[in-house]
Amino acid sequence: MSTDTKLITWEVFTQKKQGAAHEHAGSVKATDPKMALLNARDVYGRRNEAINMWVVPAFAITASTPEDVGPFFDPANDKLYRNPNFYKLSNTYKPVAD
Amino acid sequence: MTKNQALYEYALRLGDTSLVLGHRLSEWCGHAPLLEEDIALSNMALDLIGQSRLMLAYAGTLEGKGNDEDALAYHRDARQYRNLLLAEQPNGDFGYTIARHFLLSAYLVTLYQKLTKSSDETLNGFAQKSLKEMIYHLRHASDWMLRLGDGTPESKQRVQESLDACWLFTDDFFDADAVDAILQDGTAPDLADIKTTWLVTVTSVITLAGLQIPATTNGFMRSGSRKGNHTEYLGHLLADMQFIPRAYPGTKW
Repeated sequence: MSTDTKLITWEVFTQKKQGAAHEHAGSVKATDPKMALLNARDVYGRRNEAINMWVVPAFAITASTPEDVGPFFDPANDKLYRNPNFYKLSNTYKPVAD
Repeated sequence: MTKNQALYEYALRLGDTSLVLGHRLSEWCGHAPLLEEDIALSNMALDLIGQSRLMLAYAGTLEGKGNDEDALAYHRDARQYRNLLLAEQPNGDFGYTIARHFLLSAYLVTLYQKLTKSSDETLNGFAQKSLKEMIYHLRHASDWMLRLGDGTPESKQRVQESLDACWLFTDDFFDADAVDAILQDGTAPDLADIKTTWLVTVTSVITLAGLQIPATTNGFMRSGSRKGNHTEYLGHLLADMQFIPRAYPGTKW
């Protein structure tokens, strides 16, 4: 397998059914969006996993760092009132993606 | 020739072309220039082998001698195979495989589109299912034709040479005979129509890729697949493909 420097990494997001959120499926190498989409289809869509796909250049993604864990996410732990736990859901409610 | 015999021959032609082309593509497994392409080629190989199973099973039924798809795939010799000559040509470099797949998938898309209107239920169902797969194959191959044709001087030269080499076998696609004539009752399309549409499709991509349509004036063209007159490569391919079932008849795993 060659290591062509023109190939960049693309993150692939697949949507399982209409209305569901796109979820991260993995990544592929490609030179441009068109090739990325074809490659994503072959790697992550060939077993009927998706009805729609996004490909995003990995460099376009800004991620939080592991050091951010404390200040970013810890303060949520002891604030139960931020969660919608005290509402009753209708029995007929069903998440779209299930 | 009865209509049943013509249909049997026709099913073999479709089934054998898919099988042999699928086998060729499967030879790329583990050898493609990048991992994603390796998966793509193997994936397309499986599409084609799936298509061939449907048609060889149908051929077995029409033949009425109790041969199933495996018997037809593994226990016929090269002269009994009816696949298009281009399908059996060795993979060559990646550009050759792409040029071969481009010309063949454009042909199969055109043919299957017409077969979705066939009065024969099995051919019709087969075409409905297979057309979607072949449209993707054509898209993939066309995309690579553009990249290679419009790439570096070397990629352009090499893919042009491959295209020229493959072109030699394209008359074979349209070599209509008595089988086609009998099935002109709404069962199978007219190959002259297929040729017109096919030529428009391939010309547009070849031109867009900055490549030349290979010259055919005074050009020698090979055909003969419908009579089982193959190139030397089919025998070697079959020796590889048929070895296990012939050496160990009835083996299971």
